[in-house]
Amino acid sequence: MSEYTGVRGTVWFRAFTGHASPMPGDPKSVLTADAPLGNDHARFLCVVPDSHARFPCARHGEVGLEEAYTLATRVREVIEHDKNAVKRPIVAIVDVKSQAYGRREETAAIFLAAAAAADAYGSARLAGHPVVSLVVGQALSGAFLTHGYQANRILAFDDEGVMIHAMHKEAAARITLRSVAELEKLAREITPMSYNIRDYAKLGLLHKLLHVENPERPSQQEIRNVRAELVAAIVDARSSPVDLRNRLESTGAREMRKASILVRAKLEAQWLEK
Amino acid sequence: MSNQSSEIQFINRQSFIELGARERAIALLDAGTARELVGPFDRVESPWLQMQSVTPQADDGCVVMKGKIGGKAAVVIALEGAFQGGSMGEVSGEKMTAALDLACADNENGIETSAVILLETGGVRLQEANLGLAAIAEIMASILALRKHAPVICLTAGTVGCFGGMALAAGLASYVVMTREARLGMNGPEVIEQENGVDEFDSSDRALIWAIHGGEQRYATDLADALVDDDTEQIADAIRRFVAKGVPPVHRSSRVELYRNRVEALDTSRQWDPKELRTLWTANGSEGEQR
Repeated sequence: MSEYTGVRGTVWFRAFTGHASPMPGDPKSVLTADAPLGNDHARFLCVVPDSHARFPCARHGEVGLEEAYTLATRVREVIEHDKNAVKRPIVAIVDVKSQAYGRREETAAIFLAAAAAADAYGSARLAGHPVVSLVVGQALSGAFLTHGYQANRILAFDDEGVMIHAMHKEAAARITLRSVAELEKLAREITPMSYNIRDYAKLGLLHKLLHVENPERPSQQEIRNVRAELVAAIVDARSSPVDLRNRLESTGAREMRKASILVRAKLEAQWLEK
Repeated sequence: MSNQSSEIQFINRQSFIELGARERAIALLDAGTARELVGPFDRVESPWLQMQSVTPQADDGCVVMKGKIGGKAAVVIALEGAFQGGSMGEVSGEKMTAALDLACADNENGIETSAVILLETGGVRLQEANLGLAAIAEIMASILALRKHAPVICLTAGTVGCFGGMALAAGLASYVVMTREARLGMNGPEVIEQENGVDEFDSSDRALIWAIHGGEQRYATDLADALVDDDTEQIADAIRRFVAKGVPPVHRSSRVELYRNRVEALDTSRQWDPKELRTLWTANGSEGEQR
């Protein structure tokens, strides 16, 4: 895997908002801006690396305490602002390699910080804001749970540099006592373990895969296309329930999550029995 | 309470930690009301383990038990720490999500139903990787929806503790109950040591681990709502209290400004003695009273 640079998040944030800077008072690692999108004025959020971040374990694009609480603040701001108005779309641009692994983070309860960000995104969705995630790079583990996984709709680029996974390869190999090569072989056979975004798409969790020739250098036409896809996802989210049932009702899920569908059907039937 | 009566109480107490997930769930529900849903005889197993030479379990390590707590409708969802470390797979995850959603629907139809989640888990089951992570995202969404109507109480008793993505689920709870034997955190010490070296976290330093992740510390730093002994009656009593208490006015995970300011005030140029936080992050005092 190439050295993580966090270029993609910045590139796409700038493509949609025209600049790439944090809001006043925020850490440099969280970009927030409001910009036109279709007929709306959407809020865009992105986590990017800040090599001078206050927390030493969060200097390479990790989602740490400050990133999570900043996301939570900036999303809640929108919920509060639109309380009695049209609920503006919230777009999470996702390019996060991991949560911050540090002693300070654990002591100061990064689990709560991450929950607070997920709470904000989830509460926005429940309040009627269309929340859309655009995965332009990595979306790993706790970082994705914190920033992106509560969205009504998830879009991702069909690209080798895009990865949605529970754990990065090296750690997963170590823990399962396999070599990275063995893990990759196994992962190709077992769809939920795969590191390939096309396999992830088979699980039915994604709204759509989008193609961009080079996500680090998109053309103006490609940016227009992706923008149109965001608008379409927002329209779709607005006309659907605010929960995440679409993920289990998708064509992909009917094939790949048969056990989930069975569990739900049985539980529903038995719930009512006396 | 006199010393003598507390000694007798100690002798008579029944350990909760020693119970399996099924017994734990039964112990928390009013006597005679527990009814297991999608139990082991339904044999809904993980479809992903056999192909990786791991023996599946008939309940996939997640027990769903419907009944009453203090006379009110409730569902207890208990993870079995003894099966694959309590890890979240497709089936165990969907059991939890679906149970939370059904409780939510009951509330919307006027039947007040609380949920109690027993967390003994390291997080995602790696053999089911992306379906485990997706399940946790969906569990979190379902907790957020349910907790508007009725309390969602997370109990971590030990000894596995609650780590990984499921610690975020605990973070969303209306109330968190822990024992001194329980640990709660996003990243376990081994993971931190692997990612950032032994200087960052020495995973063999047991005292440090408990000082950071342990129930006593989490309670003393306003991150858990009750600290209970490993005593089944005491734990059941705490759960009944929180069910009776209902939905808190503000959930902990929504108090962003408070915690953001607390983090901002920390000196990040050095590691801290976890005890320092006990004075900086003053505890609630009594069980969520301030919320």
